Amino acid sequence: MNPVPSFSLYLILKMASGEVQTSDYQQRRWHNIRKVLERSGPFCHPDFEPSAEILDFIMNSCKVLIVGAGGLGCELLKDLALMGFKKLHVIDMDTIELSNLNRQFLFRKNDIGLSKAKCAVEFINKRIPGCEAIAHHCPIQDLDDGFYRQFHIVVCGLDSIVARRWLNGMLMSLLQYNDDRSLDQSSVIPLVDGGTEGFKGNARVILPGMSACIECTLDLYPPQKTFPLCTIANTPRLPEHCIEYVKVLQWAKENPWGSSTALDGDDPQHVAWVHEKAQERAMKYGISNVTYRLTQGVIKNIIPAVASTNAAIAAACATEVFKLASSCCANMNNYMVLNMSDGVYTYTFNAERKSDCVACSNTTRVMDIARDATLQAIYDKLCEDNAYLMKGPGITTIINGRNKTLYMASIKSIEEKTRDNLKKKITDLGLYNGAEILVADVTTPNTITIKLKFIENIDVEMSR
Amino acid sequence: MASLSPKSPEQNEKSKQYDRQLRLWGDHGQTALENGHICLINATALGTEVLKSIVLPGIGAITIVDENNVSDEDIGSNFFLETTSKGLNRGSETLRLLLELNDAVQGHSVQEPPDQILQENPDFFKSFSVVIGTSLNEKLIKDLSQYLWDLNKPFILCRSVGFLGSFRIQFREHSIIETHPENEKVDLRLDVPFTGLSDYFDSIVISTLELKDHGHIPWIVILYKAVQKWQTTNLNRWPMSRKEKNEIKDIIQQFIRSDENGVPINEENFEEAIRAVNTALLPTFLPVKVQDLIYSSAAINLTKESNPFWIMCSALRAFVEAEGKGNLPLRGVLPDMTASTEHYVKLQNIYRNQASVDAEIVYRKVQQIVSQLQCDSISETEVKLFCRHAHDLHLIIGSNIALEYQTGSPVASYIARHLEEPDVMMVHYILLRAADMFKSEHCRAPGEWEPESDIAKLKNCVSKILSDVSCSPFPKDDHIHEMCRYGGAEIHSVSAFVGGCVAHEAIKLITKQYNPVNNTFIYDGASTNSATFTF
Ligand SMILES: [Zn+2]
Repeated sequence: MNPVPSFSLYLILKMASGEVQTSDYQQRRWHNIRKVLERSGPFCHPDFEPSAEILDFIMNSCKVLIVGAGGLGCELLKDLALMGFKKLHVIDMDTIELSNLNRQFLFRKNDIGLSKAKCAVEFINKRIPGCEAIAHHCPIQDLDDGFYRQFHIVVCGLDSIVARRWLNGMLMSLLQYNDDRSLDQSSVIPLVDGGTEGFKGNARVILPGMSACIECTLDLYPPQKTFPLCTIANTPRLPEHCIEYVKVLQWAKENPWGSSTALDGDDPQHVAWVHEKAQERAMKYGISNVTYRLTQGVIKNIIPAVASTNAAIAAACATEVFKLASSCCANMNNYMVLNMSDGVYTYTFNAERKSDCVACSNTTRVMDIARDATLQAIYDKLCEDNAYLMKGPGITTIINGRNKTLYMASIKSIEEKTRDNLKKKITDLGLYNGAEILVADVTTPNTITIKLKFIENIDVEMSR
Repeated sequence: MASLSPKSPEQNEKSKQYDRQLRLWGDHGQTALENGHICLINATALGTEVLKSIVLPGIGAITIVDENNVSDEDIGSNFFLETTSKGLNRGSETLRLLLELNDAVQGHSVQEPPDQILQENPDFFKSFSVVIGTSLNEKLIKDLSQYLWDLNKPFILCRSVGFLGSFRIQFREHSIIETHPENEKVDLRLDVPFTGLSDYFDSIVISTLELKDHGHIPWIVILYKAVQKWQTTNLNRWPMSRKEKNEIKDIIQQFIRSDENGVPINEENFEEAIRAVNTALLPTFLPVKVQDLIYSSAAINLTKESNPFWIMCSALRAFVEAEGKGNLPLRGVLPDMTASTEHYVKLQNIYRNQASVDAEIVYRKVQQIVSQLQCDSISETEVKLFCRHAHDLHLIIGSNIALEYQTGSPVASYIARHLEEPDVMMVHYILLRAADMFKSEHCRAPGEWEPESDIAKLKNCVSKILSDVSCSPFPKDDHIHEMCRYGGAEIHSVSAFVGGCVAHEAIKLITKQYNPVNNTFIYDGASTNSATFTF
């Protein structure tokens, strides 16, 4: 078991300001949280010293970044603003859709099509006087380390695992180490992360470099459901198989809106077309229950969502942000699962760090690979191994002091030029035992260095 | 250019708005929600957080009962108040801002004190689907819960103090047809195949199949054939023991064909058959839970007022005893498995058709009962849904909140048992109760002015409750001190957590889907811990 890492944001920052000025009105308005901040109790964090300065810090200094202004983001914004936080930033690239309104309560029908981040911020600043939230309507990848470094705490309510991993990688890249390789705690920006799916959810606290990070626990994410292509094409059994067929094969073949128009799950005409064709296919095979709702669900990979689960998970995250900022009690250690489908059940456990985690370990990762393996084997390992689970890694190496691109899928012209390398043996590409490869992927803002370790592959081949 | 397909009913605006939740409780669940009416007593931060997550998904109507005027503290912790709300009635102000969330929801606000309503106009509560109360005083808790118990009206009592939160659900009984279990058990009837199924099995001879078809027959067929073969040397028994099941696996292995070099050909469907041996060979049986339901007195002694659930249970019993030969109606769901389209669809239809035949029989029995009792009719859709989920029917018998306040009741010894363990979550429950008692005695929350001086007084309240449940006093004052530190403060994020949960449970009660908490939930935001107690 890992010991509970001791971390106190408030103490690290050593509040310099002495006098705290607040009006009577402010005193009364924040009466509720002032009781837990200005009074000591038997279960407080050992570092906690009750004072009026803590609320002052929360209100006037503590900068919190909320990533995502969707189901969780709207809740987080409200929760944190009502816990005294004023310096809130919200980032979200999405615009508001009708299907958001069953839970994203800062938006109205008139707001459809507008930026989620801007709309949410405008609403909260109006409803809660003194709140100074700032919106960023862009992808998280558009902002650099200088932007992320300004925050004391980041809280994340995303539905995309890739974006979450990228953000995790960004916070890890901001870590600084002392000369003796120990972590410089002032470079730690805690990450509070929440996620929901239907009636289930989770909330966790990550102290970068100190406790398990997103990459340490990739195996906690369920693998995405996929259907084998041969089943879809030849032996469909389920309505999903018929929809997948139209989505993957028939659309590309028939190009109903011309070859330049990709299938858009938000375009009702596109969905209607897929629905109709999938029904035709289902009819041909005697398969029933191809509905419009299912069609849309398969095309967009829709995750069910409801206001109540989002409210509970966001609230659990907000409580942790409040604890981090105030040290009024110890943070959860460090991962809570919530299941509301059979009663209401929570379970908190200590997710453990991986000593050789790609993102947070400050050590060079080693990959075991057969001497006579092809580059494809390395590529597959990067995509399928639980330690990496990358989406389309670009692989380079340095040979005789020069950068050499071995394979890169993200840029078409380079992909074509390097495609043949996948079939080549790694030794023919100039790689050797102990060689380092540099890997870039959408799941991380950083280039990851991996050291190859050749293994003799007798056992593996014999069993085939 | 592609043609526009006719507008299907699923594309309307409401379906789009509620799409993400319709995937969880379906259109029929949504209809139930839209016919629901929630009454909230006291629009505290906790109260409005509950309503928020009920208004958003589209409850039919809400009524807020609140006599209080808005204070600065309210504005500081309640999202559904504005600076300009100060001094105005809290119920009508929060109602106004809550209704902005969803224009399909109706809202009412009542400014009379709830105890006065209970005294002078108790019928007021009759029209609601669920009553939810926050910040109620001890006397009102007792009176209201007793009244709603007698009225047979679901009641959720919730609290949020400092880092602690709790809710208690009270109803007499709650039946759930769609429990949405995580792992739905399969109902294949391999041991008692109905005619359609055995005819299909008999039409296939594995040894004469062409190689292509051999790899395409569903594992159910393979397993059935293996058992048949095994039975010829085992007196037609059904394989039960681990050893016998291993023998079945061996037979399946023998079915697998080999190529010209004698190497077994890898066929996914046979692998699936071997993997299924341990689970799919469980004999068909009537689950004890369902047996208890259909033979309970509520299902046997029907009256005109009987709940449709009990009428259907009664029809189910008649089916089990006659046509079902001891078993429930067939579920009619075939799990996904490797197979050719033709085989899979054919087998799926065999199961579906039999399920619909069974459901039809149950429906006729329901109609008979309905006409005998001369009660409200039950639709075929309802009966079909009931039969489809007959294996997972769930009934919760509730208990009266008033019992928690009675000395010497079984609830008291239940509380005592948990305290002796010691279970810290039960300690939290006692402290929440003690804080209520303190408030009735001193007209303020413990620690509201000054924490230290109230510790002794709160300790008195704790001692009274502990002696009522025949428990010795707490060895330490730490939890009492912590409650005084909170001073009755309502922390928004704790209220938001409990509020989300309570809204969720109210939706479960109204839609009659998913199992609700039975019956008390305690949450400690400081330790991120929760517990469920059944009082
Ligand atoms: Zn890590």
